[in-house]
Amino acid sequence: MIELRLIKNLNTPNGKMELKIDLSIPKGEISTFYGESGAGKTSTFRMIGGLLSPDDGHIVANGDTWWDKSKKINIKPQDRKVGFAFQDHALFPNMTVRQNLEYALKNHQTKKEIDDLLKEMELGELQDKKTDMLSGGQKQRVSLARALVQKPSILLLDEPLSALDNNMRIKLQDFILKFHKENKCTILLISHDIKEIVKLSNKVYVLGNGEIIKSGAPSQIFEQGRVDIVKLEGTIKGIQEKGESYNVSISIGNNTISIPMAREDIKGYSLGDTILVNSKITDTTISKKIKK
Amino acid sequence: MIDWEPLFLTFKLALITTLVLLVISIPIAYWLAYSKSKLKPLIETFVSMPLVLPPTVLGFYLLLAFSPSNAFGNWLDEFIGIRLIFTFGGLVIASIIYSLPFMVQPIQSGLESLPKNLKEASYVLGKSRLNTLFKVLLPNIKTSIRTGLVLAFAHTIGEFGVVLMIGGNIPGKTKVASIAIYDEVEALNYDTANWYSLVLLLITFIILLTVYLSNNGAFKGLKK
Repeated sequence: MIELRLIKNLNTPNGKMELKIDLSIPKGEISTFYGESGAGKTSTFRMIGGLLSPDDGHIVANGDTWWDKSKKINIKPQDRKVGFAFQDHALFPNMTVRQNLEYALKNHQTKKEIDDLLKEMELGELQDKKTDMLSGGQKQRVSLARALVQKPSILLLDEPLSALDNNMRIKLQDFILKFHKENKCTILLISHDIKEIVKLSNKVYVLGNGEIIKSGAPSQIFEQGRVDIVKLEGTIKGIQEKGESYNVSISIGNNTISIPMAREDIKGYSLGDTILVNSKITDTTISKKIKK
Repeated sequence: MIDWEPLFLTFKLALITTLVLLVISIPIAYWLAYSKSKLKPLIETFVSMPLVLPPTVLGFYLLLAFSPSNAFGNWLDEFIGIRLIFTFGGLVIASIIYSLPFMVQPIQSGLESLPKNLKEASYVLGKSRLNTLFKVLLPNIKTSIRTGLVLAFAHTIGEFGVVLMIGGNIPGKTKVASIAIYDEVEALNYDTANWYSLVLLLITFIILLTVYLSNNGAFKGLKK
């Protein structure tokens, strides 16, 4: 179990944001962080890995306190023993593919383990190449392989498969599942690929604007969001006062609909604005379109 | 026939200075590249001062500091038994201070230009700072280190003011080539001065050319 209570002020491309996270990640499962860029996913990973200090809170992993503001505890990244696959790979350019993996070996590990990993990741032919010579997808595979060398009990994978073609992506998803089963490790994943998330993870945390806005099983999260909300683009054609409220006429395609709105909700809107109508579907039927 | 001693002394001084500088500049550059200390601008200023100060100013203060009539010089003389004025040892120390920015700055900017995540990737793999420095950071800034080595070496060869102030002109001990050239010109021995100058010109040209060629990858094929 990883207990996270993190408060951190971040400078994002969209301005300042306060990251506020409070959750317990179950041990031995694959949990995915999902959300738009700048929502604080990578920063959360960096705090777990010890590469970024929170402003307040604590991090407790499998009973060991890694970071605690009030107790003044800050375990070095070296001693947290997490596997970390960086979004931008962070491969060592002075080393070959093989040397990058060998650098990660612990004293008691043998080079045979590197041979096995190179084979699983289909990196055998590239093993003597310097990492600068590799394509984005190849770099990503080396980065994932390097994070797995030490067989860590906690694995942080920041978009580990995003640059791969479909075949390789599916192969490595299966490999991650196999690795997870064999090593019984806790895996935290950042991914934008819903199919991948549904396939790999037990639990999804949706991050928005620095907070967990939803969490649950992948089927639960993605079914809800997908089916019952529909977004329609339209133009405001008329705003009529009706007692305390307003009637807003919106043209969508060939149709005009009328929506009642409160006085404070109408502020800032005017005739001719292009807007999105977010509607929850409660009763749906379909019919064939009649050609004129 | 010219006396080769000053040239020999010049290169000996430059070699020792450069090697010592390499050893002390790596920790200084590392600290300057990564520290968030408020003292950083102050230390950066001290390291860079020899770039703008007239060498004679530096030489003058070192002369005062090392002089046995002063507290520090006296302490060196009495307790450690070292006298730095008008000795080769004194020249080495003065040269180290004088050429410090030429070694520190390239290494510092090399380290600063490396992506931050190289260091972080090494740390999460459980590698110590020292291990990371020698296995990951320094091997990726070879060009900067080479630049620092050459600049420090060449700058030491070109010293005049500091050497004159602190070392004087003692043949075989502190009379380096730049001083010898000045001496020969003063004595109107233009031929000898020309020889010294030519040798210095040629050697520095060759050193710099070798470095720039290797930085441009001209020797890549030869390594294999």
